[in-house]
Amino acid sequence: MTDVAKKADTVTLTVDGVEVTAEKGELVIRVAERMGIAIPRFCDHPLLAPAGACRQCLVEVEGQRKPVASCTQTVAEGMVVKTQLSSPVAAKAQAGIMEMLLINHPLDCPTCDKGGECPLQNQAMSTGRADSRFVEHKREYEKPIHISSQVLLDRERCVLCQRCTRFSEEIAGDKFIDLMDRSSGEQINVYRDDFFGGEGTGDGQAGEDEGDVPFNSYFSGNTIQICPVGALTGEQYRFRARPFDLVSSPSACEHCAAGCSQRADHRRGKVLRRLAGDDPAVNEEWNCDKGRWGFRYTTATDRITTPLLRDPASGRLREASWSEALLAAAEGLRDARERGVGVLPGGRLTVEDAYAYAKFARVVLGTNDIDFRARPIRSSGSSPATTEEADFLAASVAGITDVTYEAVENAPSVLIVGLEPEEECPILFLRLRKGHLKRKLTVTAVSPYLSRGLEKLGAALVAAVPGDEARLLNTDPAVAGALSAPGSVLIVGERLATVPGGLSAAAALARRTGARLAWVPRRAGDRGALDAGCLPNLLPGGRPVTDVAARAELSLAWRVEAGVLPSTAGRDVDRIVAAAADGTLGALLVGGVDPADLADPRLAEEALAAVPFVVSLELRQSAVTRHADVVLPIAPAVEKAGTYMDWEGRLRSFAAVLPGTAMTDGRVLEAIAALLDVTLNTGDVSAIRRELGSLPAATARPALPAAEVVEPARPAEREAVLATWHQLLDLGTLLDGDEVLAGTARPPVARIGKDLAESLGVVDGDLVTVSTDRGGVTLPAAITDLPPAVVWLPTNSPGSTVRRSLGVTAGAVVRLQAGVPGPILAEGVAR
Amino acid sequence: MATLTGSFKGFGVTFAHMFRKVITTDYPFSPPKPAPRYHGRHILNRHPDGLEKCIGCELCAWACPADAIYVEGGDNTDEQRFSPGERYAKIYQINYARCIFCGLCIEACPTRSLTMSNEYELARDSRQDLIFTKKELLAPLLPGMEMPPHPMRLGETDKDYYIGALTNPGTSAGAERAPWSDADTHDASDPAEHVDRAETAGTVRKEGSPR
Repeated sequence: MTDVAKKADTVTLTVDGVEVTAEKGELVIRVAERMGIAIPRFCDHPLLAPAGACRQCLVEVEGQRKPVASCTQTVAEGMVVKTQLSSPVAAKAQAGIMEMLLINHPLDCPTCDKGGECPLQNQAMSTGRADSRFVEHKREYEKPIHISSQVLLDRERCVLCQRCTRFSEEIAGDKFIDLMDRSSGEQINVYRDDFFGGEGTGDGQAGEDEGDVPFNSYFSGNTIQICPVGALTGEQYRFRARPFDLVSSPSACEHCAAGCSQRADHRRGKVLRRLAGDDPAVNEEWNCDKGRWGFRYTTATDRITTPLLRDPASGRLREASWSEALLAAAEGLRDARERGVGVLPGGRLTVEDAYAYAKFARVVLGTNDIDFRARPIRSSGSSPATTEEADFLAASVAGITDVTYEAVENAPSVLIVGLEPEEECPILFLRLRKGHLKRKLTVTAVSPYLSRGLEKLGAALVAAVPGDEARLLNTDPAVAGALSAPGSVLIVGERLATVPGGLSAAAALARRTGARLAWVPRRAGDRGALDAGCLPNLLPGGRPVTDVAARAELSLAWRVEAGVLPSTAGRDVDRIVAAAADGTLGALLVGGVDPADLADPRLAEEALAAVPFVVSLELRQSAVTRHADVVLPIAPAVEKAGTYMDWEGRLRSFAAVLPGTAMTDGRVLEAIAALLDVTLNTGDVSAIRRELGSLPAATARPALPAAEVVEPARPAEREAVLATWHQLLDLGTLLDGDEVLAGTARPPVARIGKDLAESLGVVDGDLVTVSTDRGGVTLPAAITDLPPAVVWLPTNSPGSTVRRSLGVTAGAVVRLQAGVPGPILAEGVAR
Repeated sequence: MATLTGSFKGFGVTFAHMFRKVITTDYPFSPPKPAPRYHGRHILNRHPDGLEKCIGCELCAWACPADAIYVEGGDNTDEQRFSPGERYAKIYQINYARCIFCGLCIEACPTRSLTMSNEYELARDSRQDLIFTKKELLAPLLPGMEMPPHPMRLGETDKDYYIGALTNPGTSAGAERAPWSDADTHDASDPAEHVDRAETAGTVRKEGSPR
């Protein structure tokens, strides 16, 4: 204690007669909190800047003429603070403020979603009067107004604490909502054309032209969660339940690789809402709208609940018993083992399930033909023999947990390549933004254009034509300069794999500058599958398959004879698909993979049709189950226990939220293995965790890849190089049918530079058709500051399914034309 | 001799009872009438225009010590309006296998939508039938009422319905009583039901079941 007190940056003050030591600059309300004194408050939030907006936290400070707001008052040496517990002045002030806040509050608690978990309700009970003295007419507003398709604003209930506006401005950077008007008419609202004096349309949609950006923040759900009254409510949860009849279970988000901790509230076996969990190391107290609202896929009508078997006579899937289906799957895989079985587990698995796939492929199927990557893993034109990404992952990512959120936040400088943080890893985006605003983190991005997300990070842009990133990483002085400060971090996205030499250049750059390297995939299960060994060149724990010692170690741990584990690297996803399509492979074992996500969806569908035997472990009817011979239903994340590994390599374990009879992938694979006389021991999550924990640490690490840099494609007249990435809210399978959520997706546009706009003769909003030999995509143009002859499309948004419609990926040359396509292209556009 | 007198004395007691008041109730032919504030089965009342008073707030479910009530709220829209205001009870169920008729639910009800009738004949031959839904619980339509969904007829906003509704008996008269206690309060929309009304009032029969 004395040591602490001696420090120059602490002060001693008295709160309610108790002497306490606090850090200099600490707020009085926090000090009181630490002492166990609860001061009522609305606007105060530990992660937001102090505002002193609601005045509910008034306390008496000796020497001050009037009570002061403890949420804005910093401590001072010798300060004497009296809270409502010891000061009648503070108690009266708080009661007065509470009475004033309730003057215009409608007290419609019975119909309000917040009722039962409402700070205003609770503090009105603790601090307020039993009866109202207010007899006049309350202020009335139109209630509620949609400020987006998923957020409703009820201005009558608002106490003007400004938590939502401060969150939007400070944390998310989307200033879509603000205080408007003055005096008693002061209110929270969105910027809209009709707001200032015009005729209200009443639809609540923000204006398109002036009034600025419509409310399409990816983080709007957080404002609902932190609203201390029921002023902001969510469309999806509206009136569905009451807090007191919900059971809250901790869980982890299954969408992206950010690894948010979450709270799932459920009732009668159905999840009704999800809230951001409180995990200061990862998501702090925030999450994105996709994680918050994208959980309805588990209750979709096309959910598979019983095993399905293809009837040889009719060629149709019919319901079958588990024993029949498992036997069929086991026999089919056994017969195909000679010719070879490709395993595509997909990137949505828990670590445990991914490990089950990895073990199943090696021990039961005797193959290394396993690849979790359900996306383009190399550029459209490059040879399938290049294994740059797999080598990079083995050398620089698997088993490494160097970079954390904290490291990113505290880094002096971060270079981002092949990643659009806001769209592809929103919580990483929030952390980068926090670092940028609070710790002077400078962000540099190698990207085709300065997107809105990058702008909010204050990023310096190194403009890159897609395909040219590798050259820039190798030679551009701005890129190397961005990493010159010690402790800098280089963040590469999974998309860099589509640039020949890109990942090699990134690894070399990190080594050259001493920067720490982080790889950020897009799906929650990607990193876990990598570390669990779902790659053709890697065994669990980042062991190379070609390493004799590693194989021997694993054979011992798995109790299999030497020689059972295949010793050469297997086929990656592209080669598995190609081998299946040309009839080389005897069977495919497919997890949650959508063929439309693969580099060539058409070839993938052909492969599924051509391969003699397909086993599909699926949640819902999909393009894979349409071709499958055996479909085995598995549990969604909410019905199983497991662990996701986020991009940091941090384990995010969760227990099953809902009870269910659905089995995990691991248990289904174990059952198939048992019929083939192999004990897989992957049926129980804790057994897998024990087994994973007992595996000896990998020692050998393969060398960094050194892939050749290829000159980017040179587009001719009326051609452009394609840039593309996924938007957060798109046509993804896990967001299917969620119209409320889709309502705030960014509208799909084709971004073109001024040069292309001029040569095509289009202006903002005119339709532009981007096409290849396979088909075309027609979207309204958005003229953006892009490098010459580059066009950007969202990868998988309504009207823009790039991989399916164009059959190419970023870096490919595409044709451009103004307007809708002519008859030659019509077929392709119709898909 | 003494035995003979004793025998006649016994007959005398029996005989004397023939002139006393009969305490046997002739159930089920003439069911006894309980006290006026007897806690019987619940009613979900209506506003005078037929809109439901229930706003689906679940306070009854919260108050229920036996966990007998299940409510799920729903959104009123201008096209589909069941109650004034924003919210109505999409699902409302009382499980009479659990209900202990304590009346805490009706005390909790903020709109006096839920009240209790004097109806006590609640025996059913399956547990499923003991779960009463909105179909069974909602008060029948009085003359002048209209089956929801329909727009608000009594005013522009929900305030026109609720302000003063508790102190002004006029707006909730009729719906407050057990609707089957007299012949005037039958389901006005269904003239056939008047004729078919069961002797043992209030028993909800399954449609098409024999009497």
